[in-house]
Amino acid sequence: MTDSTQQLLEKAQAAAEAARHLAEQAQHYSDELAHTAAAAAAHGLAGGAIDPFVFRVAIFAMAVFVGYYVVWSVTPALHTPLMSVTNAISSVIIVGALLAAGVEGMTAAEASGSWWANVFGFVAVILASVNIFGGFLVTERMLSMYKKKG
Amino acid sequence: MSANIAALLYLVAGVLFIFALRGLSSPATSREGNRYGMIGMAIAVATTLLTHFPSFGGLLTIVIGVAIGGGTGAWRARTVQMTAMPELVAGFHALVGLAAVLVAASAFFAPRAFGIGDANEIHAGSLVEMSLGAAIGAITFTGSIIAFLKLSERMTGKPILLPERHTINIMLGVALLALTALFVGTQSGVWLFLLILVSFALGVTLIIPIGGADMPVVVSMLNSYSGWAAAGIGFTLGNLALIITGALVGSSGAILSYIMCKGMNRSFISVILGGFGGEVAGPAGGKETRNVKQGSAEDAGYIMQNAGKIIIVPGYGMAVAQAQHALREMADMLKEEGVDIKYAIHPVAGRMPGHMNVLLAEANVPYDEVFELEDINSEFGQADVAFVIGANDVTNPAAKTDKTSAIYGMPILDVEKAKTVLFLKRGMGSGYAGVENELFFRPNTMMLFGDAKKTVESIVKSLAH
Repeated sequence: MTDSTQQLLEKAQAAAEAARHLAEQAQHYSDELAHTAAAAAAHGLAGGAIDPFVFRVAIFAMAVFVGYYVVWSVTPALHTPLMSVTNAISSVIIVGALLAAGVEGMTAAEASGSWWANVFGFVAVILASVNIFGGFLVTERMLSMYKKKG
Repeated sequence: MSANIAALLYLVAGVLFIFALRGLSSPATSREGNRYGMIGMAIAVATTLLTHFPSFGGLLTIVIGVAIGGGTGAWRARTVQMTAMPELVAGFHALVGLAAVLVAASAFFAPRAFGIGDANEIHAGSLVEMSLGAAIGAITFTGSIIAFLKLSERMTGKPILLPERHTINIMLGVALLALTALFVGTQSGVWLFLLILVSFALGVTLIIPIGGADMPVVVSMLNSYSGWAAAGIGFTLGNLALIITGALVGSSGAILSYIMCKGMNRSFISVILGGFGGEVAGPAGGKETRNVKQGSAEDAGYIMQNAGKIIIVPGYGMAVAQAQHALREMADMLKEEGVDIKYAIHPVAGRMPGHMNVLLAEANVPYDEVFELEDINSEFGQADVAFVIGANDVTNPAAKTDKTSAIYGMPILDVEKAKTVLFLKRGMGSGYAGVENELFFRPNTMMLFGDAKKTVESIVKSLAH
């Protein structure tokens, strides 16, 4: 009798053990599930984690179309000023040159890199400025020549 | 200033650039458009300086750089001859290209300042964008220098054909792809440096085989490249103003190239492959024994005085001879005698798109007397005189009739329909395409040989009597 009681007790303990194990597992799964759900919800709220690159590509693509229609509407008589003004505006690349020219290395390791960036930036600032001033002014000069009859 | 406000300001700059191009739809709104462009540029520069305020030393560097560059640019803009606009524009393209290369290199050396990662840990995407910007910029740089040298006649305008040039170009192109992959994979500056060198070489080998007559296409194409290079850098920097501008300029140049190709009935590919106009068939006069009718300035003056309607067809020869002012003077005198004067411009007249229009505008010819090919071509039939000054191939009827001609299919100005055709030419030489012009031998054609400017001046003198 004591033997069977003992056996029963052991069985009960084993069953309890198994149940606890199961519960732990369930807990684990539910945790994981909650985690995923929370993450999914967060994604949903942020409109999905779209890389900023995608937005840039979208803007780029739209701008190509805008450019296409705007340039076709340019009168052929003004194609030369069109080229000189596009020259001037593409020199907005000066924003990169300004960053480079003004860079300061934060650590010793960065110092040599930033020195090069300063030199390149300085030269790029000069080149872009030639274009900005030259491009806009020569466009202005040309456009001022176009006059109507009389 | 927060990054969001900065991004919005860059967007405003980009939109102002769109307005700058939009203004060019008519001469009346064009100057306003140009101002929008200037304002956009000022906003972009100010935004950059405010968000990344440089140290005193940095600011000093920038001010000195802008002073040197701006001074040079302003001086060139003020002094350049209008006939030299194609060279100036090609030179400007070279500068944009080199600036793109330098900015890409700076971004590699100081990635943190550009927000693209830390040294040796630059994001792969940024490396690709950087390589693209640098490569296109470098091709634009050397390509534009070659175009500049050809246009300013410091280098022969004839195509320079390297042996196996297509193989060379393909190999350079493959090398570019391989170097980009190596650079992105290893983050080592050596590959970027080699990438830039190979692109420099490719720029040269792409442009040297292209002849002088195709320069309008080349200049437009390089315009387009400089835009794509700027866009590549714009992606590296994540800068909206640059991305928008790059796209605008890129598509603008592409459209102009297309218009120029159509004006010559050439495919873009055949222009890029080069070699056209190289085999100028010497003095074709060897087989040509027919006589041409030659006239004097007095004859021309007399014919034109008695005409009711004259259409003037200017070409590159007018630009070379700087004859536009004398031409306008002649037109004014004829107008006083009650003659109706119009100008007809072929899309590829001159060495860049719209070149003739600028020269005529410079000589105070009102822009509403100047017409494009499709708008005026039907009027030659009613014209008493077609006055062709420094143009040749664009009037050659062989383009319509002779299937064997190099210019077959090219749209031409129908000057042969006018009662009398006056041709101002330096000599009997053929045009850039190396094709004999049938028109010279027609009975209603009168040739006026000599320098275009001197000839027009003599006509003016004879009209004054």
